[in-house]
Amino acid sequence: METVTLTIKNQPGLFLEADSITPDAFAGKKAEEIVDLPVYVGREQFRLGDYFEVSGNAGATPAETKIVVNGDLSRVKYIGMKMTAGEIVANSNADMYVGAWMQGGKITVNGNVDAFAGTGMKGGEIAIKGNAGNYLGAAYRGDWRGMAGGKITVTGNAGSDLGTFMNGGEIVVDGDVDVHVATHAEGGRIIIKGNAKRRLGGQMVEGEIYVFGSIDVMMPGFAYREDVDVDVDGIKGRFALYEGDLGERHRKRKGQTIYAKLYQRIEA
Amino acid sequence: MTKTVTDVICPFCGTLCDDLEVVVSDDGKQLLEVYNACAIGAEKFLHSQAKDRITRPRMRQEDGTWKEITYDEAVEYTANMLADAKKPLMYGWSSTNCEAQAVGAEIGEAVGAVMDNTATVCHGTSLIAVQDIGIPSCTLGEVKNRADRVLFWGCNPAHAHPRHMSRYSIFPRGFFTGKGHTGRKVIVVDPRPTDTASLADIHLQIEQGHDYELFDALRVAFKGEKLPDVVAGIPKEKIYEVAETLKSGRFAIIFFGMGVTQSIGKNHNIDAAIAVTRDLNEYTKAAIMPMRGHYNVTGSGQVWGWQFGFPFAVDLSRGFARYNPGETTSNDLLRRDEVDAVFVLGSDPGAHFPFNSVKKIYDLPSVVIDPHETPTSEVCKVHVPVAFVGVEIGGCAYRMDNVPIETRKVVDAPEGMMTDEEFLTRVLARVKELKGV
Ligand code: SF4
Repeated sequence: METVTLTIKNQPGLFLEADSITPDAFAGKKAEEIVDLPVYVGREQFRLGDYFEVSGNAGATPAETKIVVNGDLSRVKYIGMKMTAGEIVANSNADMYVGAWMQGGKITVNGNVDAFAGTGMKGGEIAIKGNAGNYLGAAYRGDWRGMAGGKITVTGNAGSDLGTFMNGGEIVVDGDVDVHVATHAEGGRIIIKGNAKRRLGGQMVEGEIYVFGSIDVMMPGFAYREDVDVDVDGIKGRFALYEGDLGERHRKRKGQTIYAKLYQRIEA
Repeated sequence: MTKTVTDVICPFCGTLCDDLEVVVSDDGKQLLEVYNACAIGAEKFLHSQAKDRITRPRMRQEDGTWKEITYDEAVEYTANMLADAKKPLMYGWSSTNCEAQAVGAEIGEAVGAVMDNTATVCHGTSLIAVQDIGIPSCTLGEVKNRADRVLFWGCNPAHAHPRHMSRYSIFPRGFFTGKGHTGRKVIVVDPRPTDTASLADIHLQIEQGHDYELFDALRVAFKGEKLPDVVAGIPKEKIYEVAETLKSGRFAIIFFGMGVTQSIGKNHNIDAAIAVTRDLNEYTKAAIMPMRGHYNVTGSGQVWGWQFGFPFAVDLSRGFARYNPGETTSNDLLRRDEVDAVFVLGSDPGAHFPFNSVKKIYDLPSVVIDPHETPTSEVCKVHVPVAFVGVEIGGCAYRMDNVPIETRKVVDAPEGMMTDEEFLTRVLARVKELKGV
């Protein structure tokens, strides 16, 4: 694995669109070629080197390339967009679309991320060591195929619209989440270790939500079924199982209607 | 002597009434009286006749006062501001005709602007929901002639669309609705006892901000599944009753307004409302329609829809159209300092945006095109007054049900005043010169 280190030296007046910060774009390039990759501020195109110090050369393939990004990235969008392999470590807060449409590899953000991280994600892993904004692991606007695979972990809290239209993969939030979780989801698994507010599983078809803490308001379309013992993310516990959304359409398998499942931990 | 012009279109609200009569002076220069319009519609026509109307562009001076400038100077300032900016915001577009909207879109493309209209603080959330799950809708003519179940959710037409109820939704006698009001069951969902609610057969006084839960409960009730005892402050018996009332109609229509589009959940509320409508079609015929506010906000969505593929919040900065409300919407752009110039036409963000956004407009290079003096003109660097569309110049507008209606000119604009379209055409030509395209 070869490592390329980027250090931001100029803050953009507006926002920097840096969809070329991926192992895929860097692979096979030397530092002096990487500085020439395009970035955008509004309608103007610049070179990556106009905004970042670049040191180190990339590996021959994306899988052999690691990118470390230093400095304040809170005005930088699209870090790791569409990456297929390799690794990115961002040592700062980052703006929107971290790991959007990601297919493989790993992104670690040692800070908070703004909205739309992991949009339409297909594979790979995103680890956010701070808080995540709204629309984490959600579908892009108008797309009914949201997150399909991969794993997102958040050490802090997550915003609203978590996992909208989720089809597969896993999201684990150690802290609390805001409203609208797994809306329209047809698969996948969301684990919330803190508290949730309202509107969990609205219009949900299939998939699983686990909540370790409280839920302010349960959707009327979720009905209590039974208490069950569950082993989730390495934690064993007794959970109340709800099924829903009863108002939504559902598939049948072997004559049985398949509902989405919501597990809430019963106080130990 | 005076003349009476008939079949005039009202350019105020999305109802776009087409039966007004306007009395004008013989020389066609003065508008004297307006018949058939509601109070707010008539006011719009009479406002054009104000004696103290501003008829020439103005530029803000260092000391905060206005200095009159020529239209040529205003074109020059506007074109340069847009051409110099890295990412200008071009906002408004709801109170003008489709012809002007189309020219504006050409400018936006040439300068790499973000194009946004008033849907951004109004029914943009409905447009997101429509893109997510589609919409079974209809025209207002169908409502008048067929609807026997009328549901108003989070809207108050008695005040916002005053003639909507008499022309289309509650009172008119249509082909299959010969009994008028008595043949229709009216349901209102609103946390407040509004004037519209006072006309309802059933008023569900919902707990504020629980619309999404109540929509979901209706869907559960349609399927005959079990409900919790109380949802959104409404007892389950009442919810089953409303579900039955809707299912038993021959044609149900749901009208909804900003009470649901801008309260918590936003697009999700509309998404769920559309799902309710779709479910109802298993039992009867049902349709749903947003109560659009400005008379041609629907048109700007149509024009951009066919030009860019998206109805609002279109980011053209990278040379292709991107659309992501939450990022490319005006208030998010202003709040986050993502734009470096602001152009406003046919809307009043100074009155409708949060204070922080208005402050940003004040800090940036900014131009407003508006016949009126408004809170927006108060914070902009240049104000360009123009002729009133639908009064002093015609042009196409789209009613809330997406029916295009050609508005009419009834009087002349004051001597030497430009229209929106003329001004924009001049700006476009100058922008092309500056950009060398
Ligand atoms: S209801 Fe609307 S369109 Fe009709 S007259 Fe009144 S303001 Fe004008």
